[in-house]
Amino acid sequence: MRSNDSSPFPQRWLPYLLLAPQLVITLVFFVWPTYDALSGAFYQSSPFGLGTHFAGLANFTALFTDPNYLHAFGVTALYAVATTLASMGLGLLLAVLTEGLLRGHTLFRTLFIWPYAVAPAIAGALWMFMFAPQVGPGTRLLIALGIHWNYTLHGHQAMLLVIALTAWQQIAYNFLFFTAGLQGIPASLLEAAALDGSGPIRRFWDVTFPLLAPTTFFLLVMNTLYVFFDTFGVIQIVTQGGPANATTTLVYKLYEDGFQNLNLGSAAAQSIILMTLVGLLTVFQFRYLDRKVHYQ
Amino acid sequence: MNVRKAHAGRIVLLTLVAILVAVPLYIALVAASHSPRDLLGQFPLLPGHQLGHNFASALVKGLPGAPPVWLMLGNSLLMALGIAIGKLVISILSAYAVVYFRFPLRMTAFWLIFMTLMLPVEVRFFPTYQVTAGLHLLNSYGGLILPLIASATATFLFRQFFLTLPRELVDAARIDGAGPLRFFFDTALPLSRTNIAALFVLEFVYGWNQFLWPLLTTTHQRYATIVMGIQGMITASQSFALPQWNLIMATAILALTPPVLVVVLMQRWFIKGLTETEK
Repeated sequence: MRSNDSSPFPQRWLPYLLLAPQLVITLVFFVWPTYDALSGAFYQSSPFGLGTHFAGLANFTALFTDPNYLHAFGVTALYAVATTLASMGLGLLLAVLTEGLLRGHTLFRTLFIWPYAVAPAIAGALWMFMFAPQVGPGTRLLIALGIHWNYTLHGHQAMLLVIALTAWQQIAYNFLFFTAGLQGIPASLLEAAALDGSGPIRRFWDVTFPLLAPTTFFLLVMNTLYVFFDTFGVIQIVTQGGPANATTTLVYKLYEDGFQNLNLGSAAAQSIILMTLVGLLTVFQFRYLDRKVHYQ
Repeated sequence: MNVRKAHAGRIVLLTLVAILVAVPLYIALVAASHSPRDLLGQFPLLPGHQLGHNFASALVKGLPGAPPVWLMLGNSLLMALGIAIGKLVISILSAYAVVYFRFPLRMTAFWLIFMTLMLPVEVRFFPTYQVTAGLHLLNSYGGLILPLIASATATFLFRQFFLTLPRELVDAARIDGAGPLRFFFDTALPLSRTNIAALFVLEFVYGWNQFLWPLLTTTHQRYATIVMGIQGMITASQSFALPQWNLIMATAILALTPPVLVVVLMQRWFIKGLTETEK
């Protein structure tokens, strides 16, 4: 905050008036639902729908002993790790290659960032058509290559498809941040390394890569958050969590249990678990960003 | 000589990747420009002549059982603009209050807003749906927009920006007899132009691309948005003897064009907005 802490303006009611719209929205659509979820998570519906009763931690223990929930955890983790590794690796490679260009930065940047703006659900529709069983052009290519492609039957193929299409979108985002990170590296450092006689690859690993560590960490968190929470549309359009739950992520499971099976206590407990996860990731992100600010 | 060769190699490689990245869009374009029968046999490599016809048919008629695309595009535009403008207005006002006034509970209010950063709609959708239903906001533009317009990110960025403005600006304004509202409209707001443009791009794309929330809160086709509507079209197309992939791909292209155009045309501001959310 400001070091000079006297109030620039003396009005007493105006600040509350200015804050009111944001606070009302926050209280009604964030605090109230969160309170509902917190309290609902500790109740269960009685059999035959005769009201609810306090159940303590039963909803949580039920989740952590439910093989389907643990499976959804595993699916989400695999999805996040594979997508993050692929899209960060490729994003970094493209950023490094583009950065060394003498001209054409803007053109290539445009050609690489546009998938960022495509809605995950729409990206899902495009890729679903490409790899649709029998008719998809990608499917025909794979079948011609001797691969028995039908992602609606084979769970690992469905997983591969959602990973590939999510990585396709996320490369754009990672490319942008790595480009920004590369531009922040002082040219003098790289020149000094070149004078010392290290080649371009040595220079990358000894100078560039360590200086990109802040960006890399930030992107790791952002990509994980993205895959965990923003890919509902992809799953719903392309696989509906199938085949045989092979692509049921945590958010998709929450949707199924809350809206299709109407298991309210479990849905509330799942919301709480997901909020805790986002909270932890956000704290990580900020602790780390704090450190970065001190460096500068 | 060697350097030049390496440079040419780089351009070839980058061009190849750019083409690969564009393949899904190209295939959608090819599919959208043919009749459904053309897509049954060998997949055509070049666009056909039916693009205009398919666009018009999707826009005006849609598929039986799904609303026409023009209606869904209109709803998406309303939702995206409502969210983007709403977020900007409430965030800039609350950031202004937190930075330029000292009042009891100031930091409590700030942390309350900041907390929303940890609660994306995807984790709180179930209880938020119940609250929205309780307020009779299902199947309304209010229900589509209001629960999504609180933004910790935008508030945080505007706060950071206001903190960088020199204190002398306020003091000078006060000596001139300007009150807080005059100072806001004459000084703070014009100076925030670039931030506003950057955030507008980000939030417009965010609003346009929402899927889960409109899917849950609108059951009436009048309020369907294009991104959620594509699922209905895919389902509807199953009832045809020939799958209507040409119309679905035409719709997908119509759905992705507005946000992609906004990002590509405003990329300078958008990049500024993206790279600044890092801080």
